Formats: sequence, structure tokens, C-alpha cells
Amino acid sequence: MHGRPRRPAKPEDEAASSAKAAKLRDLQAQVLQNHHSRTYTKEAIGLSFKLLEINPEAYTAWNYRKLAFQHNIKELYDPEAIRSAADDELRVVEVALRQNPKSYGAWYHRKWLLNQKLAPVDSKREFGLLDKLLKVDARNFHGWNYRRFLARFMGVPDEEELKYTMDKISDNFSNYSAWHNRSILLSNLLIQQSKGFESKQKIFSEEFELVTQALFTDPSDQSGWFYHLWLLAQTSTPDNPQLIASWPFNGAKLSSSLVKEKVEKSTLSSIWCHSLKERIVPIVLYFNEPVKGLNQSSVKLKSDLDFGKDIRWRALSVTDSGYSNCWATHLQIANEWSSSQQYSVDVSIPCSDDIVSRSGSTYNCPVHLTFAIELISDEAQDIDLFDKPVSWNRSESFQPHENHESMPFDLLKITSALVEEDSNWHFERLSEEIDLFRELPDDNSKFVKLTLARLLLACAAIKSRGRSLIERKRYCEEAMGYFSDLIRLDPSHKRYYEDERSLVLMDKLTCDMETFMKHCSVKVEPNLVPLNHVQLCSLSLTRIGFAERLIWVQVLDLGHNSLRSVEGLEALQQLVSLNISNNQISSFTALEPLTKIISLKVLDLSFNKIGAHSIDTTRYICSSPFSHKVEACEAFEECWKKSINVEEYWDAILFFETLKLAQLDIKGNAVASKEDFRTLVPMLIPSLKWLDAECAN
Amino acid sequence: MAELAADQHVRYIVTVEKKKDSFESLVMEHIRLNGAYWGLTTLDLLHKLHAVGAAEVVDWIMSCYHPESGGFGGNVGHDPHVLYTLSAVQVLCLFDRLDVLDIDKVADYVAGLQNEDGSFSGDVWGEVDTRFSYIALCTLSLLHRLHKINMQKAVDFVVSCKNLDGGFGAMPGGESHAGQIFCCVGALAITGSLHHIDRDLLGWWLCERQCKDGGLNGRPEKLADVCYSWWVLSSLIMIDRVHWIDKEKLTKFILNCQDKETGGISDRPDNAVDIYHTYFGVAGLSLMEYPGVKPMDPAYALPLDVVNRIFLRK
Repeated sequence: MHGRPRRPAKPEDEAASSAKAAKLRDLQAQVLQNHHSRTYTKEAIGLSFKLLEINPEAYTAWNYRKLAFQHNIKELYDPEAIRSAADDELRVVEVALRQNPKSYGAWYHRKWLLNQKLAPVDSKREFGLLDKLLKVDARNFHGWNYRRFLARFMGVPDEEELKYTMDKISDNFSNYSAWHNRSILLSNLLIQQSKGFESKQKIFSEEFELVTQALFTDPSDQSGWFYHLWLLAQTSTPDNPQLIASWPFNGAKLSSSLVKEKVEKSTLSSIWCHSLKERIVPIVLYFNEPVKGLNQSSVKLKSDLDFGKDIRWRALSVTDSGYSNCWATHLQIANEWSSSQQYSVDVSIPCSDDIVSRSGSTYNCPVHLTFAIELISDEAQDIDLFDKPVSWNRSESFQPHENHESMPFDLLKITSALVEEDSNWHFERLSEEIDLFRELPDDNSKFVKLTLARLLLACAAIKSRGRSLIERKRYCEEAMGYFSDLIRLDPSHKRYYEDERSLVLMDKLTCDMETFMKHCSVKVEPNLVPLNHVQLCSLSLTRIGFAERLIWVQVLDLGHNSLRSVEGLEALQQLVSLNISNNQISSFTALEPLTKIISLKVLDLSFNKIGAHSIDTTRYICSSPFSHKVEACEAFEECWKKSINVEEYWDAILFFETLKLAQLDIKGNAVASKEDFRTLVPMLIPSLKWLDAECAN
Repeated sequence: MAELAADQHVRYIVTVEKKKDSFESLVMEHIRLNGAYWGLTTLDLLHKLHAVGAAEVVDWIMSCYHPESGGFGGNVGHDPHVLYTLSAVQVLCLFDRLDVLDIDKVADYVAGLQNEDGSFSGDVWGEVDTRFSYIALCTLSLLHRLHKINMQKAVDFVVSCKNLDGGFGAMPGGESHAGQIFCCVGALAITGSLHHIDRDLLGWWLCERQCKDGGLNGRPEKLADVCYSWWVLSSLIMIDRVHWIDKEKLTKFILNCQDKETGGISDRPDNAVDIYHTYFGVAGLSLMEYPGVKPMDPAYALPLDVVNRIFLRK
């Protein structure tokens, strides 16, 4: 019941209502009886009309009418008589729609009738009906759905329907339904390359002008802003996928040994790679947009090591959609090797039709990378990195980088400048929009500020190399200013703006070497090779962005932020230690990205919100039996046998079983105070040595 | 802040069930099975499912069953349709009584309504809508019978209804609408296919449904309505963006729509209450972790303990 005021019933109302009720009860009973006895007389059909006139939602009555129509039409041969029978049904629908213009049953009855194709459709009558309806309620989505059905049914060209949306928008700018239909029709026309719609640039420029006109008329109306956002997204999507980062980077030297003396002096920059001990060479490739199709023929590998025949690339994203920004392979060294010898690995990605983005564009900027591997057998002096718990003392151990040379930062980026320079049209279009909206009088319209922030970020994304990085930082700073304004202006959506600002902050902190270096160091332990260390603490980060700039990190400290999510960290395939203590992580399912990091040994989760909430907002983002990505009978067989409380701890079970942690800190979470949970953890992680700084066993 | 008048709502639900002869009840007569689901789920969320006799309810539900087709009608004597088949299965789940069903027969009815393009019809008459895709997937999943359909095609059809604003419509080209978005996000959640959604784009569209009065609307430039507390919140939870709305303001809006004397919740403050909005109001509060209300599963629209029991118990 919508929009009916609450009031006590008056006695006279009640009398009228009970009379009405009696009539309705009789009608319903009679119609159902006729339906069950298959009585299709004129009188019986008349009763169903009376019922639908009062209650157009009585779906069984519509079914009855369809049966009656089919039954009675069998005896009709005269086209005029058939037409008249169909006409009767159309009239019933019109009467019902007068009672309820949003009746699903009535609208479908009409579609069903037209689809019978028994009589020619009077297109004037149909479009006339719609005109009347959409005049009364321009947003009736049943009406719009029927209009799209009718246009297709009657073969009305998209161009004509596009004109109709223009008429509706001219009547009233605030017609989201019309803008929506316009976006659907335009997309179709552009895909089909219909006459007059060959140039995306021309069409979008016109649309920008149209919608801006609407926005300047009423900046507080949402309809136009959503349309503007769609145009912006169309303007700022990359034309072709590009590789933007890789690990190992071009020219890297990987070593299997942690012991300093074993590594030759000349190879100061050689990096310890944990998995080499298990003869596994990881390679990570990061693209600027999600792609699919990485395989043995689209990515060519050459090496003096033997990696066997079966090289498989795996999409590193929480969701296995087939598309991902980040791809990894873990090569298994198959041949015998001699100690202290260097081997090289060549990776090249030529232009490829296999590698495709979601929009269908193919990879066409070939790149070539080479890195070296040094294998050292040091079993005699094998070092256990975790023979005592790792501490995260920030003030003492962290020395920001002074010497840029020792960091591979510049090499991390793919600089093979084969990538076509920024599309000028995109940049010019965006700059024009920015200028335009800056002119809009500052009436504190949140949409103006939000759109400006988005336009600035789209500009920043184009500025990705060399000197233009200074411009990028400027765009980021200005956008962050808008987000701070928005937090004040529209506090209800505060956390949306905070999430957006967090991404911009990550961009700003990591986009150029000087700023980034303030957060990078090498962690030096006596006698051991240095580990690459990044510290991004106490920055109010709420989520991770630009993970491609972190794929080389081995120790990452994200403590004392406001992170709710660690999505993005799955790309860090070298990560050994991670500190996300004192954040806002609220469930184990939110940590699923970490299960993709096979090198992870040390994890500090202390002082988060795990177990504090009854509603888990990542329950359906992660893999679980509820989404049929995990088979309960396989995943929990062992736990059932051991009488572990699966209904309570299913998420912890799925999370910990995939990790090979040596150290876990989890104190300060609601879940950690439960006794049965503390006994469960060492059972789930046999490799665990330290739990909350105490011996796990 | 106002408080949840839980006892009054329980009384309202129990008495409304008995008022079968009012005009309002009669207009809704054909969807009584939906009404049973709304009322009984609300009772369970308020820890009062025992206020009704389980055996009596189960008997009545089975009297709406059509053994020849395997579907359920909205009431005794009404034709079978997936809309009521899901409600029947959900209510039986609440009472842990799926054993009364010929599970394969019911699953075959639902699976038999899948069309060549992956979409689902609501019944034999062939109306297609993404609501029916959700209903079919949810029903079959609760019955552990998803293998009876072509899941990939079912997902592909839902994805084909995705719009440029990130939302979903009733059919390809249909305008985004919060109710329809719930159905499509739910269908993709149940099939492990949420990667088809741009969560930031859809999340922003959904969080912009919050109006100045704190309530949520279903489409841009529309009035707030308590029922969208469920459609919008559950969708936001499934895509992990629910923190983008102001929960405190929404909680206030829902509580202000209560009839604190006679119980029940209405669409907007001071309007007439009904069972539909009572359910969506309480379910919305559940999703916002309101004290004393059982937590709800956002995809299956059942209490969390019921869903955990179905999928995690040996």
C-alpha cells in the first residue's frame, strides 16, 4: 500500500468497505470457479473483466482470460471477428491500466496479445496510449519498457526513438527515464555505425553540450549528472590495453639466498626471492585495464632454465571473471642447475589478438623484459627468518631512502614508449568540461564539485610519464580538495568521498619517485640481504589503489589507517610480511585477496574489527558455499569430522587453510577473545610458529 | 531516537493474518503466500516465529501446491507461478521443513521455465523479467538443484540487462530500478558472478538513493519509501559498499514510519501500515545490525542462521 494516509476508519467507511469487500469476494470466487471448470461463456468472461477492473493484479484472472481467448478464437474464421475479439482484450487492458498504470499483469496481457499476431496492430492506438500514459507519469517504467517492446515489434528505427527521447527531455530535463533510453539507443547506434553515428567524438561532443545545458538549468537535478558521468566514462576509457608494470622488472637480478656473503658484492641490487628455494620463479604482469587471454603464445618466454611445457597464467583478482589487471605465473624450474651460476629469463609480449580488454580492444604495444636469476645452494647455512617473532617497531628500524640508485623504482615502470601519446581529443574534451564547470556559480552543488573531481582525475590518469607527473600531482591535489569539501557539504555520503580520496592519496604518494621514496626503505637485518620495505602508516587510507606500483614490495606496513578492504594487495607476489594492524577490517572474508599471496609469512591483523559485526559485507565477494564457488562437502569434510563449529567459523577456516603463515597477530579483535577460536587457529595453520607473540604450540 | 516497537509489530502480524475479510486483504488475496513469507520472516527476525503453529502453516502452504506442475500458487485455487514458489520454499526453510517437498518436482518446475536465451519465464504464459531470474536461481540454490539449469546462460542474460549507470533493469534496455537491481545483484551473488558488476559505479548510484529525509528511493528523483531500505541496502551489502550511506538517518526514517500503537510499518511517515512494509522495515533494520533483530542474509532474503544451516550443515 503506497501513499495512503494512516487514519482510524470511520463507521460509514467501514460499512462501505465491507459492502465492497463482499462484492470482491464473490467476484473472486466466481472467477476462480469458472477458471477451474473451464467455463468460457460470455457471461463468465464478463465477470473476469469486472474483477480486473477492481483488482488488475489478480493474475489468475488474466490467465483465465488468455485461456478463454484461445478457446473462443478457435471457432472464429472471419478476420473481422478475430480482430474484434482481440480488441476486447486490448480494451480490458486499458481499463485495468486506468485503475493501476503499473499493473504487471495488464501490461503483459497486452504484450502477449500482440505476440499472438492474430490481427494487425494499430500502431497509432498503441503509441497514442503510451503518449497519454507517459504524459501523466513520464517515469512509468512499465510504459517505457512497453515502448521499447513496441518499437522493436513495429520495426521503428533507433534514430526515431532517439528523437522521442529528445522531445521528452525538452519537455522536462529532469526525466531520468528519457536520458536512460537515450544512452541505450546511442550505444546501439554507435556500435552499428549507423549513418550519422560514425564518429564517436562528434556524437559525444554534441551530447556533452546537450547535457551541460540541462545541468546549467538545474544543477540540483540528478538525472543529467548521471548521464554526464556516463559520457565521461566513455571519454576516458583507454583505447587499447597496455602493460604498465611487471615483476621482476626489466634488468632485475633475483637471488635464492638470504645470506649476505653468498651474494656477490657487485650485485648489490640483487633481490632475495623466497620461492626460488622451492625452485619457483614468479612473474607478475600488470595492465592498465582488465584483460584476458594471457597464455603460452601471447606471452613468450625464453630462458636457459627449463620451465617445462605447461606454463599457465593465472588472473590475480578476487573474482575469477577471466579478466584481470594483474596476471601471474609461477614457473617451476625443471632442470638441474649448478650453484652460483646466473641464468636469464626473457619475457616478451608481442602485439596479440589473444590479449583482449573487456571492451574488446586488443593488445598492440609490444614489450620486452629480461631478468637474471642466481641460484645458490645454501642448505648448510639455511636461515630461518622466523626463529623469533618479527616486530614492527616503526621509529627505530625505518630509514627512508636516500640513495635512489638502490631502489628499482624507475625500472619498475614499463617505459618502452611504444604507447601512443595521450589521445588529444580526450584531454581537450576533459579540459573544456573542467573550464565550463568552474564557471558554474558556486552554489555549493555537490554534483558540480564531484564532477569536477572526476574530470580532474580523468585528466590525471592521462598524465602518466616523465614531466607530466608534476601535472598529475597537481590534478590529484585539486581533486582531493574537492573531496574534502564534499565531506563537509554532504556528510551522509562521507565515506564514499573518503574512499575516493583514499585512492587519490595513494596516487599522489606513489606517482613520482621523490614522494614515494619517503615511504620506502630497505629492511636490513644483520647478515641478511636487504628486504624492500614500504611504510604507509597513519594516512587515513580507507582502501588500496595503484597496487601496480607496489608489486616489488616484500615488507609492507599499513598500520594505523582506516582500511576496510585489502583488495589490490593480491598483486604483491613478493610480499613476506604485512602489517594491517589498527585498521577497520571487519571479517576474514574481507581478507581473501591475501590468500593469493603465496609468499606471505608474517601477518599482523591486531586491533581490527574481525568478529564485531553480524552483517558481513564481503560474504558474497569472497568464495563460499553460498555463492557456489566452494563445495561445502569438500571444504569442510575434515572440520566436520573434528567437530569444529563450521557454521560459526567457516570464513576463518577458508581463510587460514590457504595461508602458510609463520606468524600471526590477531589480538584486539572481537573474534580473538573466543577460546574455541584460539585453539582453532593453530589447527588450521600447521606452519604457524608465533601467535600474538607467543609460541603457537 | 525512537525505538523499534517489536511487540506491537509481532501482534500486528499475528492479527493481520486473521483479518482475511477486509477489502485490503481481499485485494491481496492472490499473493497470500508472499504475505506469509513477509510476515513469518519478520517474526523470525524478531525471535517470535514460535508465535504461529508451524504444522498449520506448512499444511496451508502445501494446499497452494500444484502437484501436476510442481509450482505453487499465491493462494489456494490460484495458478502456479515462480513468485509464490520461492515464497513457499523460503517459508519451509524458516521452519526447516523442506522435507515435505518433492524437491526434484519443484526444482523441475522452476528449471523448466528457463528460456533458450538463459532468461526465465514467470509461468507457462511466458512473461520474462530479471525478477524471475533471481527467483529461479534462489529457489534452485536453496533446494541444492542449480545443476538442473544452464547457469552460464542464466548469468549471461542477467548481465545483458546491465545499464550504463551500473544498475539493472527488468529486461535488456530496461531502466535501472533498485528492486530490479536487488534481483540481478542477488542472482549474480548466488552464482558467484559479482565480478560482472562495477561495484564503485553501482555503489555510488545506490548510495545516491538516500534522500534528505534519510529514507531511500528506488530511482533518481523519486520519493523515499521504506521498502527500498531492503532493496538498496541488501544490494549495497552484496557489493561491499553499504558504508556509503548514512545508517543513522535511515534507521530514524524507518522507525518514524512505525505505527507505535497498533504495530506495523508504512511506506512513509504517517501513512497506512501494511505487512509488506513492516517486513522491509524490519529487514532493513536487521541489515543495519539493529539490536535485538536477527541478522539477515542479503542474497537469500532469509535470516542468516537459516541460510548457514542450509549451506554449512553436514
